[in-house]
Amino acid sequence: MLLISLCLWIKEDFTVSMKEPNTTLSVQELIAQKSNRGLLSAIEKIIPKLLLAIAAVSVLTTIGIMVTLIVETLVFFSRVSVLDYIFGTEWYPFANSTATYGVLPLIIGTLKITGIAIIVAVPIGIATAIYLSEYASERARKMIKPVLEVLAGVPTIVYGFFALTFVTPILRSIFPEVSIFNAISPGIVVGIMIIPMIASLSEDAMNSVPNSMREGAYALGSTKLEVALKIVLPAATSGIVASTVLAISRAIGETMIVAVAAGSTPRFDMDVTGSIQTMTAYIVQVATGDAGYGTTIYYSIYAVGFTLFLFTLVMNMLAQFISKRFREEY
Amino acid sequence: MITVKPEVQVPEKKLTQKNNKPSVYKTNQLNLWYGNNHALKNIDLDVKENEVTAIIGPSGCGKSTYIKTLNRMTETIPSVKTSGEIMYRGRNIFSKDYQVEELRTKVGMVFQKPNPFPKSIYDNIAYGPRIHGIKNKKILDQIVEKSLRGAAIWDEVKDRLNENAYGLSGGQQQRICIARCLAIEPDVILMDEPTSALDPISTLKVEELVQELKKEYSIIIVTHNMQQAARISDKTAFFLNGEVIEYDATDKIFSNPADKRTEDYISGRFG
Repeated sequence: MLLISLCLWIKEDFTVSMKEPNTTLSVQELIAQKSNRGLLSAIEKIIPKLLLAIAAVSVLTTIGIMVTLIVETLVFFSRVSVLDYIFGTEWYPFANSTATYGVLPLIIGTLKITGIAIIVAVPIGIATAIYLSEYASERARKMIKPVLEVLAGVPTIVYGFFALTFVTPILRSIFPEVSIFNAISPGIVVGIMIIPMIASLSEDAMNSVPNSMREGAYALGSTKLEVALKIVLPAATSGIVASTVLAISRAIGETMIVAVAAGSTPRFDMDVTGSIQTMTAYIVQVATGDAGYGTTIYYSIYAVGFTLFLFTLVMNMLAQFISKRFREEY
Repeated sequence: MITVKPEVQVPEKKLTQKNNKPSVYKTNQLNLWYGNNHALKNIDLDVKENEVTAIIGPSGCGKSTYIKTLNRMTETIPSVKTSGEIMYRGRNIFSKDYQVEELRTKVGMVFQKPNPFPKSIYDNIAYGPRIHGIKNKKILDQIVEKSLRGAAIWDEVKDRLNENAYGLSGGQQQRICIARCLAIEPDVILMDEPTSALDPISTLKVEELVQELKKEYSIIIVTHNMQQAARISDKTAFFLNGEVIEYDATDKIFSNPADKRTEDYISGRFG
């Protein structure tokens, strides 16, 4: 409301002054005629407060989420020992009398997916960035960039079914030992999902390397590849690493793809061909199941959620640290 | 008395009579267009070995474009077209079998704004030799020291070779760039207004350096600064609107120019 009235006021003001061009008065006199000074300064005072209130919404939400997570996690740890949770290698929350809550199998599951995703996404993402920033013609860039953005906009549930109904059958026809639910297929697809993020942020980093540096290298007889790999890539390292770490944090938190295609078997081993369960997939399993409010299983999803939060928090902080610390100055 | 008319070829005979040094660069009827903009028109220039050739002229006269054509840096701009030929040591640099990397290994370049790589001083100098296959640490050490000495900056940086080159002052950075260029021991050094971003003292150092370097290298230097051209060059070419108006011994250009426009420019009437 306030904004609309503000706009109207500005517009009205504008049309009035347009209607009657008074040539006899000086501009200073015209300015002095304005009686809106008081209103203007009142608005000037309100606006920052209004914006602060709006900005506070996201901050308060974050705090709210944190508080909920921590409170419910504390309830969980009043029932299950922290050490058993952190170091336990067996995650059987649904075994009624002998339920065990060792989170390591879920962490291993998440790490398998993340590891495979990194193996897929980092080389492809950086190679794409090098191509776009150093080699691609303006035309090629204009065609590839939107495609990348489309890839980034695909809903993850679609990726999930892409993994389950397209990638998994292909894998199974090549490697028969792969089961329907496995870690490889969703891992690859999570990798595909984060390629645009790595490619686009790395390309930004490489694009911001000043052209004068490329010229300097060309003038010494460098080939294009030498310029890309020995000058531009090192100069853009901090941006590339930061984008990669952010993408990894995205992979860690990815839910839908693994919920659909990775299965629901928490296991503490290095096998990637069989069904696994990640932290996120466990939360989905419980949240969509019929775990009653107040049960240990119910609280366990908060503990797992908090663990996940710590992982992504650390990754994001790492990304910030890297981009500050390893910035090559130029 | 040499009379040079605009668009008339430089009287080569008289120049060669004065000195018999071999030519490094011979430019014949060079034309260059940026899209539809005819930036260089029928350029004929003959650059001699172990001389400093200065190129002067007002902004937009094509002097930077010309020097960038000499090591084919203009190729990085997509809309550039050229005609004519530039013979470097008897070979046309535009011929298809002339690899641009090979040319640029022989012809070094120093840019207007210092552009060291965001690496250590050592790695900056060693970059050139390394990409051309020199990996031996001892040899690289020698090259780095020799190049830094050659660029008169060794004493200032010898204790901080592993520090980032961007920690140096602008003038030092520019001498690092010159050292980087010397590291591959080129035949010719192209300098595109190398002192325009530097303070007077750094400028003086670079100028002294140029005098020193011409003993071993042929230097072509573009400069905005006419006093600089007068101070350091043996020959001067005056460019205007993409044409060479006058090309002669520097003393001659500055004391007794043949063309009215040259006189107007060097006496500060325009430009």
